[in-house]
Amino acid sequence: MFPDNLTFSIANWVNGWVDALVANYGDLFRQVSDTLLLAIVQLESLLRATPWWLILLVVAVVSYHATRRVLSTVLITGLLFLVGAMGLWDKLMQTLALMMVATLIAVLIGIPLGVLCARSNRLRTVLLPLLDIMQTMPSFVYLIPVLMLFGLGKVPAIFATVIYAAPPLIRLTDLGIRQVDKEVMEAVNAFGANRWQQLFGVQLPLALPSIMAGINQTTMMALSMVVIASMIGARGLGEEVLVGIQTLNVGKGLEAGLAIVILAVVIDRITQAYGRSRYEGER
Amino acid sequence: MKIQLDSVYKIFGRREAAALELIRQGRDKDQVLAQTGCVVGVNGLSLSIEAGEIFVIMGLSGSGKSTLVRHLNRLIDPTSGSILVDGENILAYDMQQLRHFRRHKISMVFQGFGLLPHKTVLGNVAYGLKIRGESKPVREAHAQQWIEAVGLKGYERKWPHQLSGGMRQRVGLARALAADTEIILMDEAFSALDPLIRAEMQDQLLELQQRLHKTIVFITHDLDEAVRLGNRIAIMRDGQVIQVGSPQRILNEPADDYVDRFVQRYRNRHNPSLNLPGSMIRNKTNI
Repeated sequence: MFPDNLTFSIANWVNGWVDALVANYGDLFRQVSDTLLLAIVQLESLLRATPWWLILLVVAVVSYHATRRVLSTVLITGLLFLVGAMGLWDKLMQTLALMMVATLIAVLIGIPLGVLCARSNRLRTVLLPLLDIMQTMPSFVYLIPVLMLFGLGKVPAIFATVIYAAPPLIRLTDLGIRQVDKEVMEAVNAFGANRWQQLFGVQLPLALPSIMAGINQTTMMALSMVVIASMIGARGLGEEVLVGIQTLNVGKGLEAGLAIVILAVVIDRITQAYGRSRYEGER
Repeated sequence: MKIQLDSVYKIFGRREAAALELIRQGRDKDQVLAQTGCVVGVNGLSLSIEAGEIFVIMGLSGSGKSTLVRHLNRLIDPTSGSILVDGENILAYDMQQLRHFRRHKISMVFQGFGLLPHKTVLGNVAYGLKIRGESKPVREAHAQQWIEAVGLKGYERKWPHQLSGGMRQRVGLARALAADTEIILMDEAFSALDPLIRAEMQDQLLELQQRLHKTIVFITHDLDEAVRLGNRIAIMRDGQVIQVGSPQRILNEPADDYVDRFVQRYRNRHNPSLNLPGSMIRNKTNI
């Protein structure tokens, strides 16, 4: 046995800290929560109000723009049609709305952090272990305090998703910028480009394939959180999976699971195609 | 005097100050490395470069020549010493002045070309002008003119990866020329090219220089190239200049054994039949 006099617990300290946070800043968090909720709800109702064929058309146009191939476009659109045919269209739109908001927030946080990381080795050494924690910490651990702060529903689901899904984007943005050819950066410097010109004119465009791979990973990881998100009250495909489990309805669970996979495949194909850079594609 | 360097030292490593002290006391590179773990890149070097000349800095790899040339546009800052360009101390420049200096006064051609892979030939050549804020029509018209001057007409819309090595370096050269700077630094600019293309590029550079009268600082490890291009040559070794002079002077009066070894090899290549015992004296006259 481990000697008792050497053990200690941080549980009380953390509990006290979270309680104080809820007591003192609860209102502030509620406000943030309400604003975010409004955005999600509006996006969701927009997606659900849009006729299904229009959404399929938009997806078709976007995937053709990304892949430039008719076969891929037909396959991607066909798969989404299949989800509708399984009677899960409404749920799909709910999940899509949640994902889009989570991905957008992850991008807004992830890309700037990745850029800063590439600039400063010090920030990188601090941030990298933090990202490891974000990815490996079981999500229920931070779901509890998030629930206490934001209440049940979509908003804590989004927070949990962002915490889990942002790290790969930060990593890959950092990597992409660091991998820009040293001599190219030297040349850009030698011509007197300032930091802004270096970042937007050279580093970000050259890191784009890597950044798109990061966005791809982020969306994939966000999708893998869908079921957990449903456990704390987010509607959508994850909810179907949950109901399937709870009622021992294997078939229903599988249908919803397949729909999640299809959504993943669709988003994956499109983001990957955008990641392939045009100028090298013509080789 | 266009560029003047005075006792410039560059030391790489954490214990710069200690290493600088040692090297000033006359220790050599290896001793400094052993005692402080610092590498001496440039060792108390003084040089002056005239306006309008092609000044070649020659040395083997590790001699510090590429490090030295990066001091002239401050891609590398010296540990100690002074660098004057047109009588101005460029080491005193703040970031803004330095950018202005790099945009208007000095440009550079790189060994690995350093082209922007996501821009076309036209975009690459116009880059220096874009950075300093010229409007699109102005910079494209100007870039077009230099693309033609280096013989790349018809390739404006190509991407760098579609070009051969020689053509890529023409883009690099055009980019430096389009910036309209008085000084051009060329760091082993032709070293990555095969011999025929290299000779062509050398001819082209000489031809352009006849019209342009730029101040060109050209780095090479090849004495053939140095002799062909240089108005004056400086020979570097271990971060120091061993000899400076006209190509003639270097070939005729090598300052020490190190320089002499280069000269011998040069002669062997250019007139092997004369390289018999006792033929050295005759040989000197036909360089």
